[in-house]
Amino acid sequence: MSKLLGSIEEAIRATGLKDGMTVSFHHHLRSGDYVLNMVMDAIAKAGIKDITINASSIHEGHAPLVEHMRSGVVTGLETNFISTSVGKEISRGILKKPVIFRTHGGRPADLLNGRSHIDVAFIGAPTSDDMGNCTGKFGPSACGALGYAFTDAQVADKVVIITDNLVPYPLTDFSIPEIYADYVVKVDKIGDPKGIVSGTTRITKDPVALKIARLAVECIKASGLLKDGFAFQTGAGGASLAAAAYLKDVMLKEHIKGSYVMGGITGYLVDMLNAGCFESILDVQCFDLNAVESIRTNPRHQEVSDAQYASPGAKSCAVDGLSVVILGATEIDLDFNVNVHTDSNGYIMGGSGGHSDTAAGAKMAMIVTPLVRARIPIVTKKVQCISTPGSTIDVLVTQRGIAVNPARQDLLEKFKAAGLPVVTIEELYEKAMDIVGDYKPVQMGERVVADVVYRDGTVIDHIYQVED
Amino acid sequence: MRRTMLFLPGNNPGMLGNGDVLGSDSIILDLEDAVSPDQKDSARILVRNALRDLHYEGCEIIIRINDLETPYWVEDLEAVLPLKPDVIMPTKVSGGAYIRRLADKMTEIEEKNGLEAGRTKLIPLLETTLGIENAFEIAKADPRMAALYLGAEDYTADLRCKRTKEGTEIFYARTRLVNAARAAGIDAYDTPWTDVADLEGLEKDALLAKSLGYTGKAVISPRHVDIVNEVFSPSEADIQYAREVFEAIEEGKRLGKGAVSLRGKMIDKPIVERARQVLENARAIYGGEF
Repeated sequence: MSKLLGSIEEAIRATGLKDGMTVSFHHHLRSGDYVLNMVMDAIAKAGIKDITINASSIHEGHAPLVEHMRSGVVTGLETNFISTSVGKEISRGILKKPVIFRTHGGRPADLLNGRSHIDVAFIGAPTSDDMGNCTGKFGPSACGALGYAFTDAQVADKVVIITDNLVPYPLTDFSIPEIYADYVVKVDKIGDPKGIVSGTTRITKDPVALKIARLAVECIKASGLLKDGFAFQTGAGGASLAAAAYLKDVMLKEHIKGSYVMGGITGYLVDMLNAGCFESILDVQCFDLNAVESIRTNPRHQEVSDAQYASPGAKSCAVDGLSVVILGATEIDLDFNVNVHTDSNGYIMGGSGGHSDTAAGAKMAMIVTPLVRARIPIVTKKVQCISTPGSTIDVLVTQRGIAVNPARQDLLEKFKAAGLPVVTIEELYEKAMDIVGDYKPVQMGERVVADVVYRDGTVIDHIYQVED
Repeated sequence: MRRTMLFLPGNNPGMLGNGDVLGSDSIILDLEDAVSPDQKDSARILVRNALRDLHYEGCEIIIRINDLETPYWVEDLEAVLPLKPDVIMPTKVSGGAYIRRLADKMTEIEEKNGLEAGRTKLIPLLETTLGIENAFEIAKADPRMAALYLGAEDYTADLRCKRTKEGTEIFYARTRLVNAARAAGIDAYDTPWTDVADLEGLEKDALLAKSLGYTGKAVISPRHVDIVNEVFSPSEADIQYAREVFEAIEEGKRLGKGAVSLRGKMIDKPIVERARQVLENARAIYGGEF
């Protein structure tokens, strides 16, 4: 027996995909992903319409999706993140049905509890055997972890594994086992390696971001959370990664042995593991080649599913054990609500990803951001969109001071005692206004183009159409 | 208190907007070498607007203007002086006449704008062999003089030798400049360390400058600020010793002793003076009572 089919078209026919159904994709191949585009082209060619896409993220490489939306092949989108090109069209109202934005933890929770349903999951796999044992660790398109595909494989009515590296049965070091796979398709390429992972992720040289990173690490030190057993997550951009580098120095100097580090994994976090800062990495997604190499070779670098990473519906998940998470923001308001969905003109350009999940789980959730970014104030009176509720954000670190959520008087006292430059968030707002002056708020349209679903399943905000 | 003077290009809005958060005691908004001739106007306008609209908190503002041999320097002064910068930094200063000519023009502009004449000080950049030879004359040229500052890159070019990390070739200039500055009762600032990534070399170079009597050092990268600040800050041991000096003097007075000793050594006038400087610097850096 073999599950191998000759083409994506054949697989579409075999799954019985028809008008009105939902198909799913993961985003481990990031902007280099060919799978979503190849499958959607084949669906369009087959004359199937009214499809809902449920994808863990939509990246720049998925811009061809816009044409499928325009032609009515795609009429619905459920996802955790949408980058600029598709985001702009969604904001302009290309879809009649509002997009459903979830979080990285909320998506598997809703799939597992039945609130969300996948008819056919198309899983791009850098290596697979002909029965569907597959992994992201090996092959010319290796992306490392396949964490966001685990739940799709588990719950979809039909599962198609699409690979460009077919190996003889059985593939032993698999991430997703054959028990979930219905069909396997071999294609020439599932993605462009250059877009899948960057060669190495570099730490910013921006002196302002470095200053913010240093302050963030001072906060972590002062919080009392930095001790043996420390569990940590940080992002890969700007000040976040720089903070990890400073934190490494502190942990080594003070001989602190952390428990685990997680999130999108970069070489810097791998270095922290190898230097002895942490016992292990829990990896739902790799961001660079060093991380891919590490997950392949180091047993202490453990792949985890999206549900284990962050699902509030799971019996337990890793975000709940975090000591500290460092997160970014496109806006944060006086109630500490954070927007990571829309840009300063109101266009969709992101999404929660794991933002809300980690903020809810971590003992201290920190936002690191410059106070003003290219003349746009980041601290505002009211965010355009609540991605992460302020009740779960503890600290805001900017180059012009640190604001602590009034609900966290304990942290405030500790930071003051450590001599950190603590100010109120209102003072930061005033400082931002002093720099940029009054600005005209963006006028949004009345039609809802997206609903923001919090990790517990409640709709916490709507995103409105932008009128050009 | 000026341990670090950080150069910021006058035509870079992002850097100008954040100049006061980078930890430097002074920032030098540069209208000279960092700005190409076709950008001189825009940099001047940008720096003027930054001075007018931004509130640089806890940070001294120095404007490096163009050389008096160029057509730009008067416009530079006219743009910035009405906004009351702390210091003007002229470049390629080779003698006292240069300073007097500049100071006269500054007075004229200040008076024209209804400002107190002499409020903005001068820290000239000495970067020619003649400038080094005339260091004392320059230091005494005008009451606006706050310090002398050594520029080793142009100086070594003028000297016709290679600039090295060891700095043997600038040893004479360093010692002559600091001696002239101290003789005139003003401060001395050392040349920047130009290898941005070599932080160990920076620390060694800053320690050398400190050992020669320099007050602080100019830096060309925000990455250098913390190291230079630390080198030029009094250590805890220095502060403790300075406190003990004054405690011992008080105790001596109380007991009616003429001569007082501390840790087996007589406390003489230079020791008292050094202790006073240490505590003064500590107060300026850390605030509070020392």
